[in-house]
Amino acid sequence: MIPEIGHFSLILALVLAIAQSTFSFKGASSNQPVFMSAGLSAARGQFFFVSIAFISLGYAFYSSDFSVLYVASNSNFNLPIQYKLAAIWGGHEGSMLLWTATLSLWTMAVTIFSQHLPAQFRARLIGTMGLITVGFLIFILFSSNPFERLIPAALEGRSLNPLLQDPGMVFHPPVLYMGYVGFSVAFAFAIAALLGGELNPEWARWTRTWTTIAWIFLTVGIAFGSKWAYYELGWGGWWFWDAVENASFMPWLVGTALIHSLAVTEKRDAFKMWTVLLAIFAFSLSLLGTFLVRSGVLTSVHAFASDPTRGLFILAFLAIVIGGALILFAIRAPKVGLGGKFGVVSRESFLLANNVVMVVACGVVMLGTLYPLFLDALGMGKISVGPPYFNTVFVPVMAPAFFLMGLAIFSRWKNTELPSLISRLKWAFIISVVTAIVTPAVMGQWKPMVSLGLLMAFWIITTAMVSLYDYMVAGSGNLILRVIRLPRAYQGMILAHLGVAVFIVGVTLVGGYGLEQDLRMSPGEKVKVDQFTFQFDGVTQTAGPNYMAVRGHFTVSKSQGAPIILEPEKRSYQEDSMPMTEAAIETGLMKDLYVSLGEPLNSEAWAVRIYIKPFVQWIWFGCFMMAGGGILALFDPRYRRKNKKALG
Amino acid sequence: MKTQLKYLIPFVIFLMLIGFFLKGLNLDPREVPSPLINKPAPMFEQPLLNDTSKTFSSNSMLGQVWLLNVWASWCTACRDEHPLLMAMSQQIDVPIVGIDYKDTNPEALDVLSKLGNPYSAVATDVEGRVGIDYGVYGVPETYLIDKEGVIRYKQIGPITVAALQEKIIPMIKGLK
Repeated sequence: MIPEIGHFSLILALVLAIAQSTFSFKGASSNQPVFMSAGLSAARGQFFFVSIAFISLGYAFYSSDFSVLYVASNSNFNLPIQYKLAAIWGGHEGSMLLWTATLSLWTMAVTIFSQHLPAQFRARLIGTMGLITVGFLIFILFSSNPFERLIPAALEGRSLNPLLQDPGMVFHPPVLYMGYVGFSVAFAFAIAALLGGELNPEWARWTRTWTTIAWIFLTVGIAFGSKWAYYELGWGGWWFWDAVENASFMPWLVGTALIHSLAVTEKRDAFKMWTVLLAIFAFSLSLLGTFLVRSGVLTSVHAFASDPTRGLFILAFLAIVIGGALILFAIRAPKVGLGGKFGVVSRESFLLANNVVMVVACGVVMLGTLYPLFLDALGMGKISVGPPYFNTVFVPVMAPAFFLMGLAIFSRWKNTELPSLISRLKWAFIISVVTAIVTPAVMGQWKPMVSLGLLMAFWIITTAMVSLYDYMVAGSGNLILRVIRLPRAYQGMILAHLGVAVFIVGVTLVGGYGLEQDLRMSPGEKVKVDQFTFQFDGVTQTAGPNYMAVRGHFTVSKSQGAPIILEPEKRSYQEDSMPMTEAAIETGLMKDLYVSLGEPLNSEAWAVRIYIKPFVQWIWFGCFMMAGGGILALFDPRYRRKNKKALG
Repeated sequence: MKTQLKYLIPFVIFLMLIGFFLKGLNLDPREVPSPLINKPAPMFEQPLLNDTSKTFSSNSMLGQVWLLNVWASWCTACRDEHPLLMAMSQQIDVPIVGIDYKDTNPEALDVLSKLGNPYSAVATDVEGRVGIDYGVYGVPETYLIDKEGVIRYKQIGPITVAALQEKIIPMIKGLK
């Protein structure tokens, strides 16, 4: 009964989503408030019914209703409760429902927090979001229905893929989707603006808040995913340049360009077409990612079952939504106008440089991701593009951006004097260079790439410090008060940029000084890696809620301090599935000690992998700082002030 | 007019992308053509599953057309393929040799006793060495090997009825 309620709710939601876009567009074009408010109510109703559907599926998982095919394929009785619920998005159908539910949630938020917008603009906004919802609901109902019954019901489900039975599965997909799908709001703002021809600084201010929120979610979501891969896959990498990872990284790059470009449009009424185009691109890349992941046109470690008809549907949808948006852009953009003028050295040109670098970086990632598909489609053979390509090409593209980041915070709108910039930053530059040269030598071994990476990081940090100092001198009160009194948007920028520096430090040092050993170890054997002695004390058998495990025991000792116990596991979830590796990691600010069990080599000896990962945690901490910067910027009073005035 | 046209550039690029994707939907990225086709099959000599004191040598198959099927008890796709292999063992007059890939013998024997044994012989490959020689990257995989010991066809993933009727059976007839 409950699954039928869910199914029926989805059908009602589809009807309401159609009403949402029809009434909204009709109301906007004829300027009739009745239609516009009908569209608004339909949007809220649509959210209500999608929520019912989502909760129904959740209940089917909670109650282990194996008469639902999707539940039987992704859950079983022994699955711990948190994974039963996370299994909602463990397969294709549920992932699409999560996509749609996230879209509905964003739509609902837009209906609530858009009261200050002009009525017609608001209606176009909600209408556009309705159109996207219609597409996804049709897709779910006709080709990916999670409520399809299995008759007769299965006695026991097939359970969730053991790789996915991890706390990461509970958080990573919803947060990532909030980001991915959140760009639909920026997209809808762009479409609404193109339709109405109102591309002004106001528009940029409205769009900016929504874009920043989506960007924060995406940043955190990607960081979660990276960390999950780091401890789950058992070989200590934090980014694999896998097609699906790239699919989430491309919208992030363009989204980052978009929030910077929106700043220019808001403050200087410039870059308008560029900003609109970026808003269209960001969401297009989210849709493209969905297509790549769901259609199986690319190989990926995220091996999802694929179905060509589903792929064809998403492709058709992609063509309509993005193609339509780009045609609209081609028609309307020439009328928008260029906006304020600016000098060669100005904040505008720095932000333009940022935009260009981000978009080029995105293009580089896209080329690498799609290259195997291009060659295959042209009949030129099968190849795969791996980390060597991405590392070689991506780093040189991004390096200038990091250098410009330092300069950009000092630049002014319209025009900045180059000589004054040089004289103010010479000490920052000298300190960065000296530190970058000396630090790798202190770490043990001097490497040019490490030095270059650290130069970028220190440059960002020192310039941020100089900028902070300039602001603080002007302030009053004690140090902490002065920091708190800085404008929120400025604090946010500094924090996010420092996050980039922290991220670079992590990436550079773990790449330059990470150690790894693949060993054969018998119980009692010792091995010295770096200044640590790893002793293998043998294995024991244990059992988890739904798996059997072999647990290895390692004692790690240093010349001083208490020894550390590390217990990696090899888990077997079902008799006929491949065993899962569960690494044991001692996390630290300066380094991670990472041990994972390989295969048993004979009755006693095991293949063992030991890694020392210096500063690896800085990678994710840097990402969270970037997200934190975004949150601070959201609290800048100018966004609230505007809303209050409009409400009052 | 010229300036108007430049705004169409994103759309045109996008159309090209769509074209590639449309083509890509009909291609299978997992299907990598084996470089071993029309090359001699790598020789191996491995313990038999049902009697590890004896070994199976691929040289013993010279002079016959035969199928080499890589499988494992832990592989769910192999379970799906199993009924077809059973039918093939009765209806097609070529020996099917199994390679039990990265598996434990009791579990493999258990599967065969429950589902039936389509193989004329099963060699074990606990460490996956034979798999490396043959370039196995997913299980199941099936190789058609001719009288001279040359690989003529490789099926990646479970054998499908279509592949069997359109490719494998005609090729066997041609080779005999």
